[in-house]
Amino acid sequence: MNELRAPGTLSAAWLLARKDLAIEFRTRTAFFSALVFAILALCIFYFAWDQSIVAPSELAPGVLWVVLTFSALLGLQRSFGLEEHDRGIDALLVSPVSRESIYLGKAIGNLLFLSAIQAVTIPALALFYNLPVGRPLLVVTGIVLLAMIGIVAVGTLFSAMAVNTRMAELLLPMLSLPFFVPILMSAAQIATRTLAGRPMSESAPYLKILIAFDVVFVVACTLAFPFTLEE
Amino acid sequence: MPSAFPAVDVSGVSRTFGRRRAVDGVDLTLHAGDCLALFGPNGAGKTTLMRVVAGLLTPTTGSVHVGGRSLRGDAAARAQVGLISHQSMLYRALTARENVEFAAKLYGVPDPRAAAMRALERIRIADRADSPVRALSRGLQQRVSIARAIVHEPSVVLLDEPYTGLDAAGGAALTDMLHLLRAAGASMILVTHNVEEGLAVASHAAVMIAGRIVRRDTCALVDARTYAGEYRALVVA
Repeated sequence: MNELRAPGTLSAAWLLARKDLAIEFRTRTAFFSALVFAILALCIFYFAWDQSIVAPSELAPGVLWVVLTFSALLGLQRSFGLEEHDRGIDALLVSPVSRESIYLGKAIGNLLFLSAIQAVTIPALALFYNLPVGRPLLVVTGIVLLAMIGIVAVGTLFSAMAVNTRMAELLLPMLSLPFFVPILMSAAQIATRTLAGRPMSESAPYLKILIAFDVVFVVACTLAFPFTLEE
Repeated sequence: MPSAFPAVDVSGVSRTFGRRRAVDGVDLTLHAGDCLALFGPNGAGKTTLMRVVAGLLTPTTGSVHVGGRSLRGDAAARAQVGLISHQSMLYRALTARENVEFAAKLYGVPDPRAAAMRALERIRIADRADSPVRALSRGLQQRVSIARAIVHEPSVVLLDEPYTGLDAAGGAALTDMLHLLRAAGASMILVTHNVEEGLAVASHAAVMIAGRIVRRDTCALVDARTYAGEYRALVVA
């Protein structure tokens, strides 16, 4: 029998993320449903608002976070659903890769998946809501990425917990949304100030909160994940 | 050099779900090259026992060691085990080769692509290597699942109803492969309802009813037809 050298934590995580993205690339079901939802939501908010009362550029930050949150939930639903269909998760659990690698792989896959959606959503938002293209939009894109790290960290953990339940579609948002609040609150404050042309120093405290929650959620969820797999 | 430890050592294992005791005080020892055929009616606890041995379930009491090591938390010990289950554990959007290659990479097998093709050839499905799993029949999916489980050449193979869905050619390919694995020193636990099939490849046989091992035999000392009759009587009783 072979003496095998199993991949390290990050190599195994990247292997899993690539596998998930390859499956999504072949099927494209979750990507298109999340993308169509995001674009439709942008349109509905745009036409539902009285532009003589609130300018589209003032409305944009709120719309951005609503769209990001719910398109993220659509993407996160599928994360562990992929493993449940034919119990692919069992093959992962009996393999020599660590439980932490499985979590990180899923989280990296989810982050890249959501980044692809935001890569279309943010330019569409700028177009619909007449946002200034340039530095403010780049800063907002960076903030979206930071917010997605925290959202993905929490959402991936709860996706694993909810997938085996009968009401997974309801349970994931119910469990996740309260934990999204500090991330969304900080990120929304920074985005609103940035798009209003205020100096970055005004947003610094919120940026610190956002980064702190990202770090806490990534570490805590990585450590908690192995316990979600116990039957 | 032979190991000082048994290939599989199951000691006093029980597993409960709520108030229901699915596995009740099971002891099993397998040495290198042993193959245990485990028979039993539906709900006897065979699959639960296999999941405990594979490290997918924690035993409520007792312990499981593979090569002297516990699977939980020991990556090197887990790398020695291959599991074939009721479910295929495959990804339908990926091809047969991609599924097996992915498993090979998880185990750190050198040249995973070549290893995947070798495993598919062993179970005689290499000609469908580039077909997506969703396009394969249940039996062909089972063959890919077997290739996935043996791609890293495990020293312990756990097979839970591996003949399910296989046609005659698939069943023959699996039986040949199990003989080869045993000859190479692999130990196996084979859960099956088919007594003749199980006795054809096993060195030992056991019957599990209501979570307990109620009968143990050495296959060389039993006549398959007589054993099958006694087994049916035991299950009906």
